[in-house]
Order: sequence, then structure tokens, then C-alpha cells
Amino acid sequence: MTVSTSDVPHAPQKGRSLWDDARDRLFANRAAVASMIVLGVIALLSIIGPMLSPHPFDKVYRDYVKVPASLQAYPRPDQVQPAFEALAKRARLTIESYDRVGDSIVAEVSSRRAIDPRTTRYFDRSDLFKDAALTDMAEDQRAGRLRADINFVHFYFGTDANGRDMMTRTFIAGRVSLTIGLLATAVAISIGVLYGATSGYLGGRVDRLMMRVVDILYSLPFIFFVIMLVVFFGRNFVLMFIAVGAVEWLDMARIVRGQTLTIKRQEYVQAAEAMGVSDTGIVRRHIIPNTLGPVVVYMTLLVPKVILLESFLSFLGLGVQEPMTSWGVLISEGARNLQGSAWMLIFPSIFLTSTLFALNFIGDGLRDALDPKDR
Amino acid sequence: MTSTNAPVLDIQNLTVDFDTPTGTIAAVRGVDMHVGAGETVAIVGESGSGKSQAMMAAMGLLAANGRAGGRVTYDGADLLNLPLAKLNTLRGRKITMIFQEPMTSLDPLYTIGRQLAEPMVVHGGLSWKAAKTRALELLKLVNIPDPDRKIKAYPYEMSGGQRQRVMIAMALANDPDVLIADEPTTALDVTTQAQILQLLADLQKRLGMAVMFITHDLGIVRRIADRVYVMKSGDVVESGETDRIFTSPEHPYTRMLLDAEPTGAKPPVPAASPPLLEAQKVGVAFSVDAGLFKPRHELKAVDGVSFALRRGQTLGIVGESGSGKSTLGRAVLNLLPATGRVVYNGDVISGKSRAHMQALRRHLQLVFQDPFGSLSPRLTVGQIVSEGLLVHEPQLSAADRDARACQALEEVALDPAMRNRYPHEFSGGQRQRIAIARTMVLKPDLVVLDEPTSALDRTIQKQIVELLRDLQAAHELTYLFISHDLAVVRALADTVMVMKQGKVIEAGPTDVIFQSPRDDYTRELIGAAMLTQSQMMATG
Repeated sequence: MTVSTSDVPHAPQKGRSLWDDARDRLFANRAAVASMIVLGVIALLSIIGPMLSPHPFDKVYRDYVKVPASLQAYPRPDQVQPAFEALAKRARLTIESYDRVGDSIVAEVSSRRAIDPRTTRYFDRSDLFKDAALTDMAEDQRAGRLRADINFVHFYFGTDANGRDMMTRTFIAGRVSLTIGLLATAVAISIGVLYGATSGYLGGRVDRLMMRVVDILYSLPFIFFVIMLVVFFGRNFVLMFIAVGAVEWLDMARIVRGQTLTIKRQEYVQAAEAMGVSDTGIVRRHIIPNTLGPVVVYMTLLVPKVILLESFLSFLGLGVQEPMTSWGVLISEGARNLQGSAWMLIFPSIFLTSTLFALNFIGDGLRDALDPKDR
Repeated sequence: MTSTNAPVLDIQNLTVDFDTPTGTIAAVRGVDMHVGAGETVAIVGESGSGKSQAMMAAMGLLAANGRAGGRVTYDGADLLNLPLAKLNTLRGRKITMIFQEPMTSLDPLYTIGRQLAEPMVVHGGLSWKAAKTRALELLKLVNIPDPDRKIKAYPYEMSGGQRQRVMIAMALANDPDVLIADEPTTALDVTTQAQILQLLADLQKRLGMAVMFITHDLGIVRRIADRVYVMKSGDVVESGETDRIFTSPEHPYTRMLLDAEPTGAKPPVPAASPPLLEAQKVGVAFSVDAGLFKPRHELKAVDGVSFALRRGQTLGIVGESGSGKSTLGRAVLNLLPATGRVVYNGDVISGKSRAHMQALRRHLQLVFQDPFGSLSPRLTVGQIVSEGLLVHEPQLSAADRDARACQALEEVALDPAMRNRYPHEFSGGQRQRIAIARTMVLKPDLVVLDEPTSALDRTIQKQIVELLRDLQAAHELTYLFISHDLAVVRALADTVMVMKQGKVIEAGPTDVIFQSPRDDYTRELIGAAMLTQSQMMATG
């Protein structure tokens, strides 16, 4: 209800814009706030997670291929001795005594020939041991004491089929997916809003021409279009934006044009025309700000759509290139290894779905918050 | 009409609160009202006084964030605590409502007949055939011309007055005991308004129902109500028999409402004043596109209108909606393609391209009817007011523009400190002031005022009329004042032009037109509008 009376009590200097009201309503929406927190955490993990992680995202641990996700450190106690023995065999050493002292292994070793000090490298190269050293060498160099520390590593999300840490890869993939989601959406929205607002505002023949162009672009089969781009330019990160952005702005242009058609009949637009404001001025100051409500809502729905599209393209093998990865790629690999190593599918899926859920809830919240009827 | 019988609808200590993010707003603060069978009770107040919300609460139609307290008794039952299923058997059948906006209250996809018959079939258990017969009866009851044909018509084929009649017919479908009419005539022309009021009074006499009539216009009340409740900010400040309220109002607020008719007349401009605007045979035609089976035809919205205005004069253009008066206003400003010749200050402006008009735009301004639609919701008031400067005086710095905006806001009696707020934070009257400030900031010569007071309460109207008059005196402005409200036109215009269907019916000095109208149509318009005023003058 409106407050009548011409003497509104002394109000604060600063006015509350419709955006302020919308923000308050959004923050009152629990699902939306929770989603924003979830999304914030995922974004933060994607950005700083790979920096903090002890494993580079492309490092291959040959000894830990497809190990399950676990909170305990690798190697497991029962793995150590067989691994040590195998390494010793390869280094042509005979183990006289084997002893575990704390987190190190101390073993008396001998060999038929003189032991080369570089033998320790066999142990260092293994993912299980580090800082191997030969001490107390016999006179003839054929026996000595080998001491090696156990290299404890954690794979909280397990490792993939190449022995790479899934956690770091999931975070890195988040970077890629979110970036593509945001950038492609930004591209789609800026083209779409400008195009739609111009088309709708100018109307008449220009409008018809511009919208027919949109219709023609609509009729291009998307996958065919992407395959063509990939064939011509090779697989490329930037290409993803172009492909996705070039398709997604069409929806945006139609939405904004529809909005513009109603807005341009509003009296404030007529008032601006009567005042002699130029077309650019009207579109910029009056039309675009007033279409932004639906645009913002559509944006939150477009980001997940783009992320899904990217996943889909990556799933088909048209997406980002190894060793770089995205959630789509990870899920595709996970799906192939579902039998026996489900963690490869589960963790990236959790991240992708919670991001999508969060974005959709935020979109819902925004739609409610920006609905002018709900005042 | 007797008011001695027991009340049909009894409202006791009704409160309505709305929970908003900024706190709870008490819209209605404990009001007592009642209405007896065959009685008409008017609830009068300005917008925001809670009069509609009180009735909405009684009907259980509050918005989701609203809460109602108190007792609303109908037929021994408390409507506020009735289960929904029970309430639904009452509302829409025994207690019905008609609303202000007849344009949006009907579903555009169904015929009138179907919309009338459907509730009778669904709730009343009638067969479709019986319902159709009843619908036809109802249309006859509300005096729709040619009901046999209109029953098959779609809402868009009917005028506002006819649609309101259909809404009334719908409300009467189940022989209600109480009819709540929420500003049913506000959106209608004066002549239509008079007819609808007549119809309501007539129906009540015949059907003997109780009517609660919500309005902001005391003039209407005088004609139809037995008793009046005057509401202000959620309280009933005065109530009593209509005659008593009109003859000896006790509360100052009631007196202010009674006194809200715009008064005074405009002093004539000196004869030496130079001519500013001349229009010769201005015509606007909209072509209706040819369909597959119907030929293309032209709709003449404005047909050969000529007039001349001298600097400082006001020309009042009156007519009902659809008479082409707004179109004429826009055609004069060259905002629409038009035929004929318009000369402004010795400059032929008709047919000029947009680029050529640009320099002239600052002198020719336009104020719109709807103060809610004419201000961009995402800009602050300061930005809105100073936008014209951005276009016409681009050399000004931001600080200069701000200073000019402040000046313009002061001129329309608004606090410049409020310039950083947004339009939705202002009331209708304040918004109209902002719209006027937006034109004043450019210091124009000619302002076309397109029904600037129609959407406002009477008391606010009076203030706006006075503001316009002061501004005209201060800046030697020339007005083209478009309105269907003759009281306002009388208070502001030097000359009056009466339009009907795009043509000028009658034109002349204001006094002459009002005192001795020659044309029947003019007489009808004046009759419909002035009845209330003369009545009030006779008693008050």
C-alpha cells in the first residue's frame, strides 16, 4: 500500500532503489542464501584449492593408479614391505634384514657386485619412498645399510586411471567450468541485451530484419556448428566461449526484445522521447536498466546451462584438452570407470550438481526478489 | 430506503497489518462499520487511507503478508475465522465485489456470456442453457444495449462503461445481500460514471441489497449514499448520515475533502501577448491493417482540428476517452505523424524530422496522466529531473545539473534533499510534482498537460492545479490542458475546446462554454460533471 500525504516524514537522504529492496528480499530467502554460500565455497575451493593442494593437478603417481578415496594416508602399512622388496629386486639388492623404524625403513642390503650409490634413485623415484640413503657401506662396497623414509600422501578423493589426484583435478576442473560458465554467459548477455534492446526499440523493418537473423542462427544445429569449429580451429579453450556464447545469446536477445516492446510503450520512454533524448540515450538509460530484472534471472539459469553444455561437449571429446580438465571431462572419465572406481564419478558429480542446484536456487530467489508484484 | 433494520454486514474493531521487511504497517486501525439491508453506505478517503484494505480483509482477500483482526459478522458468522470452504460459499455469492478497473477484471479469452454463465454452472449447479438464459437476463438488468448480441461479444469489443456493467451483472448473479463496490466509477468518463451510479442506485432499489461504496470522491457519495464513513490513515474519523456530513462536517479532514473541488478562474492574458502556437487542420489517422477478409481502413483519431494560442494562455481540451484529445496533444508536439500545419513561434514544426525537432524539444514539453508510469523506476528523482539537461545543455557539469534539479524540485514544492530517492518511494501527488519538475527544469514555453490530475485524489488535484497556476504565472507558460474533468479545466483554462470522435464540437472562452453551452454533448458533459458540484454548493 502506498503512503499518501504529501509530507513524508523526514526520510534518509539516500533513497532505496528497487535493487536494494530486491536484495533484502533475496537475503530473506533461505534457500537462496544457502545456495550463495555453497556456490561461494565451491568457487573459493576452485580458485585457491589447487594452490594449497600438495599435488599438482597433472602429476602422475604411477604407484597409486585408481586408489580409492580415503582419509588415511597412502601407502598403507601392508603395501610398504612388498613395494620395498620389489624395488630392491629391481635394484638387484638382496635384503638381509628389514626393519621399520617410525616412518622410515632401515634395511641391510647386499649385492653380488659393488653397490652403486645411485641405486638409491630406484627408491626415490618410487612414489612410496623418499630420501633414500646408503650408509655403513662395507669395505668391498657389496653390502650396506639402506635407509628410506616413507613418503606419506593423502588422496581424499582418490586418484584417476592415470594416478592423478582427483581432488586437485576436481578443483582445477571447477575453475575451468565456472570460468566458461561465467564468461560465456557474460558474452551471451552482452550481445543479447544490446541486440534485443536495439531491435525491440527501433521496431519496424529493422526489428524484423534483426529477428530473422536470430531465427536463421537458431536453425543452425549446435553440435554440427561446434564440430565444424573444432575441425577448423582445433580444440581450444577460447573456442568454447565462442561456440557457447554464439548460440546462447539468441535466447537472451528474444527475451530482451520482448521486454523492450513493453517498456517502450511506457510513459517514461515517451516522456524521454518528448524531451528529445536520443535513441542511444533512451536505450541506455531507460530500456536496458528496466530489462535487467529478467536478464539477471536468466543469467543465473544460463550459467548452469552453459556449464552443462560444456560438460556435454567435453563428454563428446570436443571440449578442453588434456591435461587441463573440466567437470564434464572428469564425469565422462568417471562414467567409463564406474565399475570398481566409483569415486572418479562421485566427486566431480557432487561438485557439478551442487553448483547447478545452487545456481538454480539463486535464480529462483532472484526471480521472486525482482518480481515487482511481490512488493 | 430504510436504515433502521439490523445490519447485514457488521464490522467491529477491524484491524489490518502488513508485515514488510521494514516493519509492520498498520493499514487499518480498529474500525467499526455496518450496513443494513437496502442501505447504501459510502466509505470515503484518499488513497492509502485503508478503505479498500478494510473491505479486502472482510472478504478474506488480503495479500499474503497481511493480517486481519477484529470481527466481521455476516449472518451470525465471523467471516475472519471462517474456514476457507465455508467462506467461499459466501463470498462471490452472498457478498460480492466489483472493482475499479473494468479493463482487467474480465478474461479477454472468453465471451461475456460464458464468463457470466460459468460461475452459475460451477457453483450454482445450473445447466449451461439455464445459465445462458440467466446471463441474458442479467445483461438486461444492467441495461447493456443489445444484450442478445453482446452476450457473444468478447471483452475487447466493449467500452469501459459496458465492461463495468458486465462486472456488476456478474456480481448480481447469485442475488447477493451485500455488494461491495471498490471505486467502480473512478476509471470511467464522467458521463459513463453518472450512468453507472444511476444503475447502481436503481438496482439497489429493485433488489434491496446492501451496498458498501468505496470512493475518494465525495461528490459521488452525495448522490447515492445514505450514510458515510470518512477514513483517514486507517481510522474512521467521522461517520453519519450523508446530509449531516455534507451540511455540518465536524472533522477538519472531512471539511478538507469537501473543500477539495478546484476553484477560481484563470486571469486572462493581455491582448498584446504574442501568438505562440497555431494549429491548422491537424489530423491523425491510424490505418488498421487489412486482414485476409476485411479491407484496410483508416481510423481518424483527430480530424481537422484548428486552434491558436497566445503566450501565457491555457487551452483546455475536454472530451471522453477515445475522443482523440491525447492524440491531438501528441500530434501538436510532432510526436506522431500527422497532417495539417502546426506553427510554433513562427516556426513550422509539423513534418519536421526528429533531428530538426531536437532543438525545439526543450521548449515544448509534455506531462502525462499516470504519475506511476511516467517516471523510470530505476532512476533516482535527481536523474529523472536532470535528464533533459543532459540532452539540451550538455555543457553543464554534473554539479550544475544537480543544482538545477534542486531548483526545479523546490519550484514544485518538493524537498531537494529527496532527489536521491527513487520514484516508488513517493506518493501519486509527489510523483506528479516530479514529472512537472522534469519539464520545468528546461524552462519551456509550451507544456502539454495530458490529464495530469486524473489519477490523483481530489485534495491532491487541487494542490496540483494551484501549482500549475503558480508556475504559469511565474514563467509565462502556455498550457495545452487535456482533461475529462471539467471542474479542473474550468479552474485553469482561458478557452475550452470540446472534442468528440476526433472532431471539435464546440470551442470558446471558458465562461461562455460553461454557462451557455450550445451543443447537446457539451451540455451532457457539463451536466454529468457539475451535478455534484452544484449540489454541494447548494447545501454547503
